[in-house]
Amino acid sequence: MATRTRTPRQVRQEKAEIAVNYPLDWLEERSGLVGGVRYFLFRKVPSDTNWFHTLGSATLTAFLVQAATGVILAMYYKPDPNQAYESVQHITNDVTLGWLVRGMHKWGASVFIILMFLHMGRVFLFGAYKYPRELNWIVGVLLLACGMLEGFTGYLLPWDQTSYWATVVGININGTAPFVGSFLSQILRGGAEINGDTIARFYAIHMLLLPGAIFALIGLHLYLIVRLGVTSPPWSKEAAGRERPPEPPSNGRAGLIRPGPRRGISR
Amino acid sequence: MATSGGDSNPHSPPPSLWPVGFAVGIACILVGLIISLWVVVAGAVIAAVFGLLWARDATREYREPVHIEPETTRAGVAPAPPAEPVPAHEGEAALPVIQPGERYPRSTFLELSTLGLGAAIGAIVTVPIVGFAVVPGFVDQKQKKVDLGPLRNFPEGEFVIATFMIDPEQGEVSRRTAYIRNNGLLNGEPSFTIISNRCAHLGCPVQPNGLIQDRQAKDVKPPGATTIHLIPVQSVVGFGCPCHGGQYNTEGNRTAGPPVRSLDRYEYGIDHGRLILLSTYSVGTVQGIGKDAKIKKYPLTGPGEHVDGPEAWLYPIQPSQISS
Repeated sequence: MATRTRTPRQVRQEKAEIAVNYPLDWLEERSGLVGGVRYFLFRKVPSDTNWFHTLGSATLTAFLVQAATGVILAMYYKPDPNQAYESVQHITNDVTLGWLVRGMHKWGASVFIILMFLHMGRVFLFGAYKYPRELNWIVGVLLLACGMLEGFTGYLLPWDQTSYWATVVGININGTAPFVGSFLSQILRGGAEINGDTIARFYAIHMLLLPGAIFALIGLHLYLIVRLGVTSPPWSKEAAGRERPPEPPSNGRAGLIRPGPRRGISR
Repeated sequence: MATSGGDSNPHSPPPSLWPVGFAVGIACILVGLIISLWVVVAGAVIAAVFGLLWARDATREYREPVHIEPETTRAGVAPAPPAEPVPAHEGEAALPVIQPGERYPRSTFLELSTLGLGAAIGAIVTVPIVGFAVVPGFVDQKQKKVDLGPLRNFPEGEFVIATFMIDPEQGEVSRRTAYIRNNGLLNGEPSFTIISNRCAHLGCPVQPNGLIQDRQAKDVKPPGATTIHLIPVQSVVGFGCPCHGGQYNTEGNRTAGPPVRSLDRYEYGIDHGRLILLSTYSVGTVQGIGKDAKIKKYPLTGPGEHVDGPEAWLYPIQPSQISS
């Protein structure tokens, strides 16, 4: 059957290839995911990228560490004014490795914020915010705002004197905004003063609302990076980014908001 | 299709409104089972009438031959030639070709109604959620009265630090501190200066600049209230804030630092020889001392917000004015 004789080694190799490829082909045929992952990961990158280009993925890693440690901390933490402080002490002193996970979350928060700023500085100094990447800069600004709000809402949760009074001052700084400030701060507190509901409210914002927003914005951020390509450094002689795709008919907008021009009708 | 009655051919009854009436009747029966027998009877009649009409319609094609009109074109418009088949990867595959003369195609109607329905459902879901998140912080914010115990615990001319729970149900988180000075009698009534410890800069707790007599501290337990902790302070010369260094004199007027107005004060009442703490109000400036003081009162305002001068135009309305 074979046109040429194959060594047993080649036969084994072919069998292994089939065994690996079969599930991948099965998945690809039904979902297109393999192609999607290939499109996402195997991109052309300018050859003169350097270590500064890793700051973004470092920030992403710091966020994932925050998400993972935060999920575990939520299993032991009690967002109640009468139990929050004790539960944090319990995590730190009694729960196995609690000191480590809480420490990772606490110090990782600072690492996350610092890396966000370093990443922003890199993008600014490399001019990577310029056309066509302006939108990604804006998404990054929203991510920075969400990250800072994570820091603000998370700071209250240990429920000690420092966190309590820092939050009082933070909310009241908010309250000095003209016209709407005192209403904003009352919404933040869930009342005229910090009360029993405030800590649960901050907890919900800290662990549900903002992480959801950050995950969504990171998705958009990465999509735009994949679509537009990595910027070359300013000293590069290489052109950066993907080939510009041919313009889709009716700018790709057809049917999204309003019906585009249709065949058979001249307008 | 032209011949009817045979079981081999598909038969579909014409569109009919009778099922709607039938459903109304059934609904009346079900509601009537709860509220009244007469509604059951009325519902049964409605259901029977409409059910019969529906059944008569649905079975018509079995009973008499159906006349089917030949398909006609719209007057004056020739039927469009069949469209060229388009490869699926080109153009807008999902959108049907619009026939000339069709001004409001079905697909447009479906698009718009899907969007509209989605928006309506979204609004119906979002409005109560947002209201639930926001509104509770603005209703039932009225301050509760606090019984601070008999007047004899407050020596004339001296400040006393009183800590108490403004809402005992919430526990420690509602603990507040006030600086209380008995000013003696004014027109035969006892007069008090009760200053809130919330700094008018950003809300940190101000401390009395004086000799705090910890050893003379005592706990008062009014009946039906939580314990009040009282510490006398001697020779108070003012109040100072630990956070950003705001300083105030004994009447709560700002003397130095970043605060934008005087310290807030509590209204008070006297009930059978006991001092009762009422609501809090904000203060512009205080002229005079003790019982002769003239106080410029304003509705309770957040820390850092001006109550007088042109800066106050930036803060025209406070939540305390609409929520209590």
